[in-house]
Amino acid sequence: MIAIIDYGMGNLFSIYNGLKRVYDRPMVITADNITDMRAAEGVIVPGVGAFDDCIRNLEPFSEALFAVVESGVPVLGICIGMQVLFDASEEGNEKGLGLIPGEVVRLSANVRVPHMGWNNLHLQRHSKLLDGITDADYFYFVHSYYCVPRDDDATVATVEYGVELAAVVNKENVYGVQFHPEKSSKKGLHVLSDFVSVCKH
Amino acid sequence: MLAKRIIPCLDCDFGVPGGRVVKGIEFKQIKSAGIPWDLAAEYDEQGADELVFLDITASHERRDTMAHVIAKTATNVFMPLTVGGGIHSIEDARRAFNAGADKVSVNTAALKNPELVNDIARRFGSQACMVAIDAKRRYVRSEDAARELIETKEGKCWFECSFYGGRKFTGVDAIKWAMEIEERGAGEIMLTSMDRDGTKDGFDLELTSAICDRVNIPVIASGGCGLPEHIKDVFKFTDASAALAASIFHYKEYTIGEVKQYLKDNGIHVRL
Repeated sequence: MIAIIDYGMGNLFSIYNGLKRVYDRPMVITADNITDMRAAEGVIVPGVGAFDDCIRNLEPFSEALFAVVESGVPVLGICIGMQVLFDASEEGNEKGLGLIPGEVVRLSANVRVPHMGWNNLHLQRHSKLLDGITDADYFYFVHSYYCVPRDDDATVATVEYGVELAAVVNKENVYGVQFHPEKSSKKGLHVLSDFVSVCKH
Repeated sequence: MLAKRIIPCLDCDFGVPGGRVVKGIEFKQIKSAGIPWDLAAEYDEQGADELVFLDITASHERRDTMAHVIAKTATNVFMPLTVGGGIHSIEDARRAFNAGADKVSVNTAALKNPELVNDIARRFGSQACMVAIDAKRRYVRSEDAARELIETKEGKCWFECSFYGGRKFTGVDAIKWAMEIEERGAGEIMLTSMDRDGTKDGFDLELTSAICDRVNIPVIASGGCGLPEHIKDVFKFTDASAALAASIFHYKEYTIGEVKQYLKDNGIHVRL
């Protein structure tokens, strides 16, 4: 079972439908069934909205999430769900989950904000999460802040928007994608399918 | 590099069971163009970057039909979906998001109650808050300090916002309104030229430029697209982030793939 954490930040319709296309057992985890997360072979942290709201709404799930990470089960953060994996964000005052060292900063003023639309990746290192994905593939981004990992090695792929920013990150069993795979058509489903493979490995 | 987006617009009549896509000429006459989710799936196959569902229904029974159409589309089509036309309150917005929409577009309700823009942006995020501006040229003979005047080939004009689907005018300056809604937290502007809509004469480049130059959020150019060349021009001569078109795609004059290939051949960066 792959768990999708429903912590009230946007509807999970798209991510559930997207995962369902490539995997037969997605399960939505709410405050009522947090203990089910222990049985997950993978966990997805989705998210739309502001950093502080996300951190506060994730609070009830954080203990279970840390336990999952500790046990080596793959975790995938999407968009703001990726940003909360870091230590802190310029967008808010709350502390991040600190699963990947680094900060989240505001996009520069010389580009239109949000960074909205389809952009292609620049692969920096190999990762099973991007198996079969190349620099020519486009994904749907929509964000106003971006992650700056402290260790360069955490950056799997970058995307160019004013600066070369982290689009895909990974540290051990923790993964993050700044784009929305569930909104990125066939290539997005491909990445979700790669995540399923990572979970089953 | 960020690709310029091509967005087919589905003008939907939710007053019939299951809904139907229609195309009006200058916001008036109406012809049928297909079933919403069928067209959506076809556009996905052709490489559309996003879809906009514009509710042009006059009746009140449309809400459930809209939710049904979005939910059915979102099960099959994995790209951003925007719902506009019937959003008058936070509740309407919530209903659209719960059905699977990623963004809502507001026009009339925002002009009547600008605070709605702040509310939607605050509750659902700026990325989910699109404001549609339907603008019409108003030519002037003399200077008018209250208006943002733009030099066009046809003479000096300001742009007036219209609402109620183009049936009424507000007196509101579209350029000033665009700047205001950015301040209020809108994440994107869908800018339709009422002078060009349905004419197939091409986008209003002067209007599009005027707005793009004054805001820092993405602008979708709309109204008047009849040829791939029109889309090339709007990307070449303005800083629009996306182009929206309806009839050239609905009536299969061009596929989205053909348009994108043409744009690429002409040096416009698109996702192919």
